Amino acid sequence: MEYRGLEFEEKIFEFEKRLAELKELASSFNTDLSAEIKAIEKQFLKEKKLFYLSLTPWQRVLISRDSQRPRSSDYINELIKDKVEMFGDRIYGDDPAIIGGIGTFRGYKVVFLGQEKGRDTKDRIAKNFGYMHPEGYRKALRLMKFAEKFGKPVISFVDTPGAAPGVEAELRGQPMAIGENLAVMSALKVPILSIVIGEGGSGGALGVGVSDKILMLENAIYCVCAPETCSQILWRSNDRAPEAAQAFKLTANELKKLGIIDEVIKEPLGGAHRDPKLAIKNVGQSIKRNLDELTSLDINELLERRYQKYREIGVLDL
Amino acid sequence: MNSEVKNSICPNCSAEATKSELELTYKVCPKCDYHYPMASDERIKMIIDNGTFTEYDADLESSNPLNFPEYDEKLAKDKMLTGLKEAVVTGEGKINGYPTAFGVTDYRFRMGSMASVFGEKIVRCIERAIEKRFPVIIFSSSGGGARMQEGMLSLMQMAKTSAACMKLKEEGLLYIVVLASQSFAGVMASFASLGHIIIAEPGTRVGFTGERGRSSIRQELPEGFQTAEFMIERGMLDMVVHRKDLKKTLTDLLKFFS
Repeated sequence: MEYRGLEFEEKIFEFEKRLAELKELASSFNTDLSAEIKAIEKQFLKEKKLFYLSLTPWQRVLISRDSQRPRSSDYINELIKDKVEMFGDRIYGDDPAIIGGIGTFRGYKVVFLGQEKGRDTKDRIAKNFGYMHPEGYRKALRLMKFAEKFGKPVISFVDTPGAAPGVEAELRGQPMAIGENLAVMSALKVPILSIVIGEGGSGGALGVGVSDKILMLENAIYCVCAPETCSQILWRSNDRAPEAAQAFKLTANELKKLGIIDEVIKEPLGGAHRDPKLAIKNVGQSIKRNLDELTSLDINELLERRYQKYREIGVLDL
Repeated sequence: MNSEVKNSICPNCSAEATKSELELTYKVCPKCDYHYPMASDERIKMIIDNGTFTEYDADLESSNPLNFPEYDEKLAKDKMLTGLKEAVVTGEGKINGYPTAFGVTDYRFRMGSMASVFGEKIVRCIERAIEKRFPVIIFSSSGGGARMQEGMLSLMQMAKTSAACMKLKEEGLLYIVVLASQSFAGVMASFASLGHIIIAEPGTRVGFTGERGRSSIRQELPEGFQTAEFMIERGMLDMVVHRKDLKKTLTDLLKFFS
């Protein structure tokens, strides 16, 4: 089925469709209309840029969750060569909501992690919509310790609505699994990069997201809890989610300003899914630049910087 | 206040107890052993040797860094009701003579949730303990996790406090966590699950997702789900200790590691 965008993008998609029709029609005329069409295209591009520049935080939430967006596996498959995927936590099971393994990224031998939401319905169910269970966090932990053992940097792609909230997750110690990851990642003796590519959902994201540098795609979000949850808890209704999204300061640009994340990665106009190749290329460039920097640091300096990075987060009223 | 003169009705067995009765039992129902939630000052009084407590960072105060709607009012209300400036009190003192750094989260202030100042106080407490070579004991009664109104500033306190716990452990210092009444979400998934030893008081509710967060998923809950007694059977805790024995248990542990 043809992708028709999100509800608020209707006008953009409608215009694109008409423009395409116009071009086709024009080609059947004898008169050359290319100058006129070019002028229309130019004006449209200007409007389109303005439109996507002025998205509300809530609209970015919707884009960040768009099922068409490239997933962790898209980035990993494209950017990491000679991949060997690894499975399981050696305790309970394998969690398909996170993939991980080893491979080569532009000359660097790395350990990669990626939270996976899945694509079609069947795939999404198999991956539990990206909600990780404790075995997923423990699988990630195992791979990170492996990275440390062999001195390889870790690249972690973040994309989850949150950690799994159900009974099973509780029975297997969800808070212990996440807490352990936070502690170990804060002191892991290899560089760690995290890239929020879609939804950075709460502790579920942070559980594989503690890193030397946090990179974030322009339309990705990172938040303390889903805006809907906030709306429900504070105002007893789902209707005020857009307001919560606004209040949270959850967009990449706002979080950069707050000093929470380190870099905003530009997306193709209209979002990563409109031109996945370009989005992946941008992410690759950013990873390369940051890996070059991080791997050049002495490990003790790196760890001290990492500690201070989190140490300094927080606004104190003195 | 008038309410303090009134008798308490046990939420578990409905038995009535006078204030002085509950003072004697450290707020444990004399009839059914229900452990009433304890405010931070009550906890300090109960655990720390008389006259040895020195509070850390008492002046650090929560503000509204994101200008979140209605947060100023909520903070003002909790500050007024509790006399606290944040949901955690930290400091140092002695437990039967053993010096220790100490933190206690207070459920009455924003449900004991963690935000900027909260995280900062925990970390400063741990860093002081490292300087002074003290063990650290933290009591968590946090029903709330990362406090919504400070957004990502709150969430990142999970990483910040966990990093400090890691540092403490790397320094070879003892870290004990005591879960009391309730401990959930971002607090439980960070410093409150990282103790060398994790103790819970009887009946404490422990988990990641609380009832409210679970309301959307319809799942049959096992008997005793998310209680301390259930969690210890699952291997998540080291011990469940009755409040009347808690100070002795802590003393024994401090003695072993001293």
